[in-house]
Amino acid sequence: MADRVVAKPALLKWFKGKSGAAMLEQVWVENPIFRQILGICSALAVTNLLRNTLIMCAALIFVNVCANMIISALRDFTPRRTRMITQVLVIATFVIIVDLVIKAFAYEASKQMGAYVGLIITNCIIMGRAEAFASRNTVGLTFWDALGSGLGYSVVLIAIALMREPLGFGTLLGVRIMPAGFVEWQLMVLPPGAFIGLGLFIWIGRAIAPEKVEEAAK
Amino acid sequence: MDIGGLVAAAKSADVGGAAPYIIFIAAIFTNNILLSNFLGMCSFLAISRQIRASFGLGMAVTFVLTMTSTINWLLNHYVLVPLEVEYLRFITFIIVIAALVQFVEIVIERFSPALYFALGIFLPLITVNCAILGVCLFMVIRSYTFAQAIGYGIGSGLGWTLAIVAIAGIRNKLRFSNVPEPLQGVGITMILAGLMAFAFMGFAGMVDIK
Repeated sequence: MADRVVAKPALLKWFKGKSGAAMLEQVWVENPIFRQILGICSALAVTNLLRNTLIMCAALIFVNVCANMIISALRDFTPRRTRMITQVLVIATFVIIVDLVIKAFAYEASKQMGAYVGLIITNCIIMGRAEAFASRNTVGLTFWDALGSGLGYSVVLIAIALMREPLGFGTLLGVRIMPAGFVEWQLMVLPPGAFIGLGLFIWIGRAIAPEKVEEAAK
Repeated sequence: MDIGGLVAAAKSADVGGAAPYIIFIAAIFTNNILLSNFLGMCSFLAISRQIRASFGLGMAVTFVLTMTSTINWLLNHYVLVPLEVEYLRFITFIIVIAALVQFVEIVIERFSPALYFALGIFLPLITVNCAILGVCLFMVIRSYTFAQAIGYGIGSGLGWTLAIVAIAGIRNKLRFSNVPEPLQGVGITMILAGLMAFAFMGFAGMVDIK
């Protein structure tokens, strides 16, 4: 009992501290998908199956955290003119690692996801965080920021997959959950379902999440 | 329908025998890179407010796509595969794209200032446009021949242009509509893109590249 009383304010304090705040801001207030509109391609492409979505989220968090920490560690040695290409190379290196790991341990999923694992390289979340945060903050703080943006991305992707897979295939993680008479909505599996589903999630997200700055996105 | 899914099946479709012009048409209509493969969304959402800018960016993407798909196909076929270093594909492709965009920018600035002012601001954006890397990766995964790869590159560029210009046209009209506030901007554009993808599915039987 006493433990809990002590632990709770400590956790709260941590979230109000610098690293916790950096992470929390990325997950909720400045969510990469529904606020900053970054990393949309993979959000649409892999969310028709929850399994692929989970693999994609894990891959993105790994690449985002590792690449941004390296970029942050190199920030004083990178000449400004070549920093884009340096960032891309660091990111591409980690994507190669992820690609080989997925091919080795989840071959079926790697075939279904096809080019989208490689396309993590051009996922704007990673480049965006590298440019906006990692290139001017310490390695420790960058870790929390990158973890936060990765988690913010994952939360939205998993929510979309939780809608698309049951409606589109009648299954969840390959296990049938819909009643026998349920007619699958093929639309949810196909591209239009992805666009409309994400559009609705952006709507919900923007309506309920607190707003930080008014962006002129009209 | 198998769990593997329609989408996955369509993406890894074996197109071995299709003629390059069939792939060209398919890349514009039935397998549109934006509406069926979701590539190039970031610049699509940012730019599709004005028709003119959309068209400029579309042309720049088409140009870069044609060149990168050619160069990357040659590199992949004559360097990476014989040396058995296919795992370096991502790094090679992204360097080629970045270098090429830089090079194109310099050449255009030197020889055609008018074109540079028309395209100039869009060129740096293209390096991180996932449509470019996506087309290069798809062309390898689907093992296209050289002619097929070029057809696919040009077709994808034109298809992307078609989609972005069409959406820009709709967004222009949308200014006078009463859209709920949180849905404005990106949200409604996604739903529009969904309806357009739905419409493009009507082309499905036109050419079959399976």
